[in-house]
Amino acid sequence: MRIRGTAGKASRASKAALVLTLLATSACGSGASDPASSDESLVVYSGRNEKLIKPLLDMFTAASGVQVSVKYGGSAELAAQLLEEGDKTPAAVFLSQDAGALGALQDASLLDALPQTELDKVDADFRSATGSWVGVSGRARVLVYNSKQVQEAALPKSVFDLTGPAYKGKVGYAPTNASFQSFVTGMRVTEGEAKTKQFLTALKANEPKTYDGNALVVDAVDKGEVSFGLVNHYYVYEKAEEAGGIDKLSVKNHFFPNGDPGALVNVSGVGVLKGKGDERSAKLVSYLLSTAAQTYFAEKTHEYPLIAGVAAEAGLPPLASIENPAIDLSQLDSLGATLKLLDEVGLT
Amino acid sequence: MLAPARPDELVPPSPRRARTKPPLLLVLPACVTALIALLPLAYLVQRALGDGLSGVGDVLLRERTARLLLRTLALAGAVTAACVLIGVALAWLTVRSDLPWRRGAMVISALPLAVPTYVAGFAWISLAPGIDGAVGAFVVLTACSFPYVLLPVAAALRRLDPAQEEVARSLGLEPWAVFRRVVLPQLRPSVAAGALLVALYVLSDFGAVSVMRFDAFTRVIYSSYRSSFDRTPAAVLALLLVAVTIVLVFLDRRGSSSYSPVGQSTPRHPSPAQLGRGRLPALLFAGGVALLSLGVPAAALVYWSLRGTADALPAGDLLSAASTSLGVAALGALATTALAIPVGVLAARQGGRLPRLLERTSYLGHALPGVVVALAMVFLFIQVDALTPLYQRTPMLILAYVVLFLPLAVGAVHASAAQSPPVLEEVARSSGEGPAGALRRVTLPLALPGIGAGAALAFLTCMKELPATLLLSPPGTATLATKVWTETGVASYSAAAPYAAVLVLLSAVPTYLLVVRSSVR
Repeated sequence: MRIRGTAGKASRASKAALVLTLLATSACGSGASDPASSDESLVVYSGRNEKLIKPLLDMFTAASGVQVSVKYGGSAELAAQLLEEGDKTPAAVFLSQDAGALGALQDASLLDALPQTELDKVDADFRSATGSWVGVSGRARVLVYNSKQVQEAALPKSVFDLTGPAYKGKVGYAPTNASFQSFVTGMRVTEGEAKTKQFLTALKANEPKTYDGNALVVDAVDKGEVSFGLVNHYYVYEKAEEAGGIDKLSVKNHFFPNGDPGALVNVSGVGVLKGKGDERSAKLVSYLLSTAAQTYFAEKTHEYPLIAGVAAEAGLPPLASIENPAIDLSQLDSLGATLKLLDEVGLT
Repeated sequence: MLAPARPDELVPPSPRRARTKPPLLLVLPACVTALIALLPLAYLVQRALGDGLSGVGDVLLRERTARLLLRTLALAGAVTAACVLIGVALAWLTVRSDLPWRRGAMVISALPLAVPTYVAGFAWISLAPGIDGAVGAFVVLTACSFPYVLLPVAAALRRLDPAQEEVARSLGLEPWAVFRRVVLPQLRPSVAAGALLVALYVLSDFGAVSVMRFDAFTRVIYSSYRSSFDRTPAAVLALLLVAVTIVLVFLDRRGSSSYSPVGQSTPRHPSPAQLGRGRLPALLFAGGVALLSLGVPAAALVYWSLRGTADALPAGDLLSAASTSLGVAALGALATTALAIPVGVLAARQGGRLPRLLERTSYLGHALPGVVVALAMVFLFIQVDALTPLYQRTPMLILAYVVLFLPLAVGAVHASAAQSPPVLEEVARSSGEGPAGALRRVTLPLALPGIGAGAALAFLTCMKELPATLLLSPPGTATLATKVWTETGVASYSAAAPYAAVLVLLSAVPTYLLVVRSSVR
């Protein structure tokens, strides 16, 4: 009896195995075509989200005839992968969410120098000093506030004000987010380690509310859960799209004036991997700095375009009017020291 | 069918068996499997020593490292304890009591395995924004992983000889005392096996702790890649996780060696225990668990889908992502199970040192976060010229799945192989079969239910896998899991919902088979 029962189970199990094998064979079939296509096309690693980048790359393929094959991931994970791959990487171009990841690859000598004509399209503030990467879109750090709870006239003049008693428990932020860490790095570079540490300690003592991402901070400010939030400028516009208009929101952007470290402008950028600087990768870099691509960034991602002649989203202060703290964005790769500082202060 | 029950639990120890030498036919492939499981370790040691020993000391001696380890172990301990309580209670209710709709309750109780922790995490956050941190991580991880205990315990309960309980009852023991003094001790091996899987899963999980913003070990490993672009601290921390795994794997043996019944009875249906006045509370308990573990994610998915009105359903993308997911998960399950068979069978058949060591080695990758295993694979395929042509092709991803999910299949194969008496193989051998013939015609067919259960578990875990899939899949391919990640990356829950829903529904199929198979006698 027992053996027969087991044989019944066995036949069921072999049916399951058969199904698995069929599925697996279909995967082999579909898998075989992928690497073939990637041999012919330009391989791009994108640390920026597929939803934002894929339409842009489709536009590029239509305009240039160059096929691209894209691997999407987090900027830092892809940077770690590129560091492991070294000169054997299949990737030709790396699109990064922030300057720090590009700086890390530059330090490891994994990036080719870009043509000067491309570099010159962008303000020297927003590209690598050694010419190994160039910014393609800009995002400003802002203080968002709930306009029902806070009068415009009462807004703080500096990010340092947020450590005062009036802001106790009222500020939301995303300390594990790369953009917050870039902001802290910027402050370290311009204001020094001691002052930055003092600020972070005081900020933490002021009981800010932690969120897992900038979008969640903006949500919380809009709902009035907190009155203020430290985020990038474009999240308000993203939320406005969802809500059907920026005037439907209570949350608004405030840009700190006078070159305050709270108004750092960081960039997403592009670099070409060592030895991959051929005609096709040059075409992609050039396209990202074209009017079409820059307009796309301005309209679709609400970021600042970085070339002359393309206007930013209506309602945003011009990029030139934001007095960026005096900082070389390549220095934003000193995030290791920032992490250590955040670790010491306990903001993680 | 899932419990890696020890051989001595079911089969009288035979001095002859101990003396037989492990057959090379099993030992050699089992060694290959163990070597594969050791691959990430080689990479991690290399990277950890990148800054010399002082770099290692730097990371290990940080006060924060110790704090994080304690936090993470506390979370793992709490989740494991909760999973054991829920898993054992539900297993007993669905297998041994007169709970109404038992069969349905069993299937529903196993289904949370199909819900990825990041989906459950987002669901809880969006329905109950107040829940986060330690409580949130605890709730999500418990809700997603108690079936790891439930399934092996239910399988073990079905194997138990009800005569022992009847004897105990006839001797005047109250039902609770029967359960505690007779049933529970015999369940210990399967509870321990399930608890080990839960604990390792909690250690490796990134989805729940990142959504809930609980500072666990994996989160710090990720942020170490993210903020410092330095792979050394991440490698040191990952090695610490491996050390914890080793401790847990050895603890597991102690937990299971204290009870050894003398023989195996003919399985038969016991009369179900009468719940009586406990019926309503029991039903409420089962319903409550189902509500928290399945109801919450389902409600969130429906809510997100209804809220997103703008876009039509991306049927083409959905179909291609689903077929890619099914394909890589099937390959992952096949490879994992194939490599797990020699380890599981050997461990079930030979009590010796080597088989036990090989089996434990197969657990080493299970507590590592996906990104660490993925980078280890990158390192291997880039450094070894012979492997480079396969870089970022499907076989590379499959190998990462094998390293990550081996124990799921090894445990199931072990449990199943241990159930058939070794004397059957001895008969086959004495009637002229060689070792290969005995394996092919006796051992493997008898272990097939466990092999199938292991494959199903590995399959649905591969379906959910995200970090390694992102880094290792061929450029231009998308799975359901990576699609969910992409959509939630632009905070678009409503666009993510169809992918998450299909992911859960497709994973529900093997989960259902897992339950149906293990409940067939």
